Amino acid sequence: MSVSDLTPLSAPGGSTVRAVHDEFHGDLLEVSMGPHHPSTHGVFRMIVTLDGETIVKLKPVFGYLHRNHEKLGENTTYLASMPYTDRLDYLNSMTNNWAYAVAVEKLAGLAVPERAEYVRVILAELTRLLNHSCLAGFLMQDCGCSGTPLMYAFREREKILDLFESLSGSRMMCNYQRFGGCRVDPSADWLAGAQRLTDGYGAFLDEFEALLTGNEILMARTQGVGRLSSALAISAGVTGPALRATGVAHDLRKVDGYGVYPRFDFRVPLGDHGDTYDRYMIRILEMRESLKILSQALAGLPGGPIMDPKAKLRGFRPKAGEAYGRIEGPKGEIGFYLISDGSANPYRYRVRPPSFINLTILEDMCLGRTVADAVIILGSVDIVLGEVDR
Amino acid sequence: MIAVAPTSDRFLEVAPLQLRDWFIGLLPQSLRWITSGLITVVAILAVFGLLFAYLTLAERKILGRVQNRPGPNRTGWFGLLQPFADGVKALTKEDVVPRDADQVLHYLAPVVLVALSLLGFAVLPFGRHLVPVELDAAVLYFFAAGAATELAVFMAGWASRNKYSLLAAMRALAQLISYELPLLLSFVPVVMLAGTLSTTEIVTAQGGWTGGWIPHWYVLTPWGFAGFVIFMIAALAESNRSPFDLPEAESELIAGHLTEYSGFKYALFFMAEYFGMCALSGMAVTLFLGGWQAPCAWLEFIPSYAWFAGKLLVLLLGFMWIRATLPRLRMDQLTRLAWKFLVPLALINLGTAAFWSLTAGWTGPLQLVRWAVALALVVTPFVVMGRRLTAGVAPRTYRYAAS
Amino acid sequence: MLGTGLIKGLAVTAKNLVGSYHDPARYTTLEYPEVKPKLPEAYRNFPFLVTENATDPMGTLRCVACQICEKECPPQCIYIEKSKDKKPDAAGKPQIYPAVFAIDTSVCMSCQICVEVCPFDAIKMDQEYEIATTDRFGALLLNREQLAKPNSYYHQIHPTEAVEVDARLAEERRAAEEKAKAAAAAKSAPKSAAPAPKPPAAPSAEAPKPPPAA
Repeated sequence: MSVSDLTPLSAPGGSTVRAVHDEFHGDLLEVSMGPHHPSTHGVFRMIVTLDGETIVKLKPVFGYLHRNHEKLGENTTYLASMPYTDRLDYLNSMTNNWAYAVAVEKLAGLAVPERAEYVRVILAELTRLLNHSCLAGFLMQDCGCSGTPLMYAFREREKILDLFESLSGSRMMCNYQRFGGCRVDPSADWLAGAQRLTDGYGAFLDEFEALLTGNEILMARTQGVGRLSSALAISAGVTGPALRATGVAHDLRKVDGYGVYPRFDFRVPLGDHGDTYDRYMIRILEMRESLKILSQALAGLPGGPIMDPKAKLRGFRPKAGEAYGRIEGPKGEIGFYLISDGSANPYRYRVRPPSFINLTILEDMCLGRTVADAVIILGSVDIVLGEVDR
Repeated sequence: MIAVAPTSDRFLEVAPLQLRDWFIGLLPQSLRWITSGLITVVAILAVFGLLFAYLTLAERKILGRVQNRPGPNRTGWFGLLQPFADGVKALTKEDVVPRDADQVLHYLAPVVLVALSLLGFAVLPFGRHLVPVELDAAVLYFFAAGAATELAVFMAGWASRNKYSLLAAMRALAQLISYELPLLLSFVPVVMLAGTLSTTEIVTAQGGWTGGWIPHWYVLTPWGFAGFVIFMIAALAESNRSPFDLPEAESELIAGHLTEYSGFKYALFFMAEYFGMCALSGMAVTLFLGGWQAPCAWLEFIPSYAWFAGKLLVLLLGFMWIRATLPRLRMDQLTRLAWKFLVPLALINLGTAAFWSLTAGWTGPLQLVRWAVALALVVTPFVVMGRRLTAGVAPRTYRYAAS
Repeated sequence: MLGTGLIKGLAVTAKNLVGSYHDPARYTTLEYPEVKPKLPEAYRNFPFLVTENATDPMGTLRCVACQICEKECPPQCIYIEKSKDKKPDAAGKPQIYPAVFAIDTSVCMSCQICVEVCPFDAIKMDQEYEIATTDRFGALLLNREQLAKPNSYYHQIHPTEAVEVDARLAEERRAAEEKAKAAAAAKSAPKSAAPAPKPPAAPSAEAPKPPPAA
């Protein structure tokens, strides 16, 4: 069986296509890409077996950034875990905070004031803009652009980070959500700033798309590369834009309708090919939908308190029980599973990390492709090693 | 054999040569020949060495400005001392050689690369009287010397005993074989119409103006424009520049053939890359952009070497602009672009040039027919083959979930 | 036609290249040591201890060494030892004070939880960010002398928040004094059902913090 007979999707995951030593075809080349490699997005490592430049086997190795996150969560109070969730997916601390807050609120039966729900939606959509812009920039960097799209994405991300900083005090490690609401009430100035950003972001997206979307080289590099079938995506538990790029309409904002999302008018873009280009385009289109949600949420933001007055900061002890809270993070379904035994610390604390679960299908997408493809397929999966290794 | 500076031209045109002749005149007869050659070599090394230094700075500045940041601006005024700081750093860095590397080849590769990439400058006519070596087959010599540089890249990749370097070496060879052909085919029409392989005569053939305003450069003819574009694409690939920087491919192969090089050897690779870029751009200027000829008759008072330098810098700026914009191609796409697109286009371009040459006598309304046919011969294959090349690759429209 | 996408892209980069010379939106770099970023009021990095008085910082620390922050700190970077004796605080009431109060800033992750849980408004977040040192261990472990900064400094870096905190503290102090007076009056009156005065500056833990204006 030669390598060219193998389509990436029918390849049995993890099996060697042919022996590393083969008298007739010559030897295969085993390259350890990472953990020190410019395109592994951190300390990720792929042990790839190459026939020429074609990948016949790919073994992901991770854990270099393991920080005992889940065990730490069981040994600290509920509140003390909140800043640690910032450091899971360090691009998207706001949505990590929210998912954790949702889980604890379910556990403790806390209500969230309407204003806080709106603010959470605004921050989550800003986070989505930030994450998708960065992803697109990094993906182009993997494609070999000399940093230009990445710098444009970072230019816009800076504006969002400035907003986060003036609201929460920190650019990336926001630690903003609390059980039963948000820590700080956004001022009128801040909301005006968010509105300005929302109004201006469309122009950036237009420019970014003019730079890249119609670019023949980019299309040739990404279309048909890293195909993922919807069946495999569903069975592997892939969520987020990677799943929607395969044509599966699964967006927790619509499916669960959590928070105040049912009140907003937005659409869920779907891809038909499940390839790298679809994953890139779905993110661009999602950003445009996020802008719609943002302007609706900013227009409809109600007054009132930002915290549930019954919520306790010190001495927080939810009654015994268990809860799973999930939201649609920018990278997919981010969820927290908690078991309480009535003490100040959770008995069990478990994260459902979208990066990690989306990464499991990497070999299936890469088999039969070249090294250059593997790099951009990894880029389009959108991982953050802080979340993969926890 | 010493070329003596002609005295019939304006002062600025012959000043460099007269300076050389004055200096040589001070020496005994036996030393004159060798000194004359050495002065030329030193002049080329000094000018292009400095150009290399400031091109690295210009590239970083332009890349910075394109990316909305200032670029290097701390070392000296506007960062003008940055290249020298980089040089000092490269010289003082430890030279790491892998234990299992082929010590001799690993050492030789950068040296050979720089030496070979300098050879091309010998036949470029930098000005009306500034030609280092007058060769009858100058163009052939130039491309033979240029093709050899890729072997040094392979040498570096092979000698490093590093898997990334090896992959890069293989890529470099595939790229060399693919792009040498369109590069050579693209200038054959120039040789056909100029009727010579000598670079000086090719430039002279492009002299003169229509009405004093429109120069007779080959790039301003349909076949010349097509040849120029093909030449520049192939030149990008030959000098391993983005979007064809596959051997180096930072995001895939770390640094490709440079992975195991450090310090000044690494700097030498860069020097060779820029020398190659300058030489190929200089050749493009010579073949298609009229060499040192001024664009209009009344601008002739500016010395010819200034025009050459100006055109060269514009092309180099184009290299940088492209680098700042485009993503990298994949290996198979790179070779497909060469074999299925550039080579056929260059071959068709030969026919176009032949037609152009045969219809040189057409005047009046026939002149329009000549232009229309030649343009059609250039544009139609481009569109048809471009469509075939990008078959299956197109912008997509997306559907939305029914909510 | 092949190449239109490439040319569009080249146009975008050319626009940015030219724009970087005349359009501030396309030239976003702050040249740091010369130009410092304007920090938003909410900006935080490492905690400091508030003292009432700049001239006698150790005598007027608001901290009463209740050790709540030590317990709540997620990375456990605070170390407190209670004093054996009591010293009068700013209001003149004898209080326990921290004999040792140390924060290991190499461990601190600037999460602000110590500030949120402090019932005495004694610990706040600083905005000093040029804190690189050459000594990895000693210089990053800050003791109470290095941590103590006067209330006027707090007013300087977080003006809105500081005014609110001051008003609240004044209100609480007044209420406590009134209560104490009432208690004294009740004590002088025979056997009334006056409740024991609660410790003075303890705002209800449930109440959310005042919003530091963005």
